[in-house]
Amino acid sequence: MTTSALRTIAARGRAHRGRGMLRRTLLVLALPILLIGLWWFGSANSTNYLNPPLATIVSEFWPTWFGGDSLGQSRFVQDVIPSFLRIVAGYAIALVIGIAVGVLIGASKRLRSTLEPVIEFFRSIPPPVLVPIFMLFMGIGDGMKIAVIALGCVWPILLNTVEGVRGLDPVLRDTARSYRFTPVGTLRRLILPGASPHIVTGARQALSIGIILMVISEMFAAQDGLGFSIVQFQRSFAIPQMWGGVILLGVLGVAFALVFRVVSGAILKWYYGYLHTQRGGA
Amino acid sequence: MTLGLRARTGVSDTPGWVFGVAGLLVFAVILELVPRLGMVDARYLPPVSDMLGSLARIAAGGGFWVGLGETVLTWGIGLGIALIAGVGCGVLLGMVPWLREFTASTIEFLRPVPSVALIPVAVLLLGTGMMSTLLLVVYASFWQVLMQVMAGVQNLDPVAADTARSYRFRTVTRVRTLIWPTTLPFAMTGMRLAASVALILTVTGELLISGDGIGGALALARESGAVAPMYAYVIVAGVLGVLVNLLARLIEQRTLSWHPSIRSEVNA
Repeated sequence: MTTSALRTIAARGRAHRGRGMLRRTLLVLALPILLIGLWWFGSANSTNYLNPPLATIVSEFWPTWFGGDSLGQSRFVQDVIPSFLRIVAGYAIALVIGIAVGVLIGASKRLRSTLEPVIEFFRSIPPPVLVPIFMLFMGIGDGMKIAVIALGCVWPILLNTVEGVRGLDPVLRDTARSYRFTPVGTLRRLILPGASPHIVTGARQALSIGIILMVISEMFAAQDGLGFSIVQFQRSFAIPQMWGGVILLGVLGVAFALVFRVVSGAILKWYYGYLHTQRGGA
Repeated sequence: MTLGLRARTGVSDTPGWVFGVAGLLVFAVILELVPRLGMVDARYLPPVSDMLGSLARIAAGGGFWVGLGETVLTWGIGLGIALIAGVGCGVLLGMVPWLREFTASTIEFLRPVPSVALIPVAVLLLGTGMMSTLLLVVYASFWQVLMQVMAGVQNLDPVAADTARSYRFRTVTRVRTLIWPTTLPFAMTGMRLAASVALILTVTGELLISGDGIGGALALARESGAVAPMYAYVIVAGVLGVLVNLLARLIEQRTLSWHPSIRSEVNA
């Protein structure tokens, strides 16, 4: 009797959970499906060449990016991969320089007040205006694009690192000194972890700036790259291909954001746990 | 008394801005000397004095101020639209749970889509005027405001929310006395972020699409190979950026003067 009652309750709980899952899946998918459906059917009979049917965009997508004699000849390898490598290189340089310089500046009050106005000015320059300047020095090659991405991304990382290092708990600092941590040990065990929530915030802002700069530097002057391809399609009025490029760029942005979330979640796992216990959670 | 204290603490009492001014001066001197001594080709990096001289000549003409006005106008309109739309949608989505769940996946997908991806679409649909640039500016800054406001509305103090419910506040009263004060600090953070993002996209649009404003003038200077004016426009863009940051911070402090985070800052 009791066991069967328990079993009923358990079954009901399972059914409820199952329904919860179903409901959540529906909620996640409903609006995207609705919007894509609206686009698909709304544009199905479109004769306006600026707004081609979504079906055409989709059917053109694969031949445009992956077509060609071989995969090595396709636009994906020729244009998308170089763009990807540029942003990864520029972003990595910005991370290393931003964190290193940020730790130095954050550690010294005098250095901070000396450099603050110069940094404030440089980080306020909208990074796209650097593209023409860097073209003077470096031409239109990969070096220019990587330098522009690195210089645009470095400021949010640097400033947030400075904030993070400044905000370190003084008691922890004194503890590290009492235990005679070596400079390297202090950096690895105290400064970098302590500043990491701030650094991650800065790195997130930098990532979206980096994508913008990647595209702009390629639209401005390039022989290859995703931004270059999209502009080329637009200028030659290859509209379905252009829409495909816009969608591809959007997917790239979403993919970067997802990877970033996974990595930063792993780095800051301890921090979220710490916040949780601070707020009295179990 | 104070004098005695000063004397004892000695050199470290020098106010911070002295170091700041010194830093700026040293930086300017380096920028002046590097091309003069031939360490960098002066055709690519003219001395600071040339840049500033060129800036003075540009500023003496009327066209510069028209361009500056165009840039500020595009920035202001774009930011204004993004603020109104972002706060409106943010409060609505923050207050209505099912609507939030319904739109969450779509927002998560659209938010990281780079605004510059819209450039070709904007050019084709809206032409090369100010509207295209505005579209980029609004799209980029809207998300900054929306995400902050949504987080703010959900940060409601549960006791205050229950109290409001016990007293049967009307929706309007609830928004005005409960949700708005809680959300305002978040909205201000969003405004500050959106203000600088909006400037970035304004200049981008001018540089790549419309050819108006500061960005357009820079593109024109590049095409005619006028290097010193190019740097002059970069300096102008930088100063504009500094002013935007200062203005945003000032507005934040004025509107949040009652808030503990600002009050403690002022006292410290």
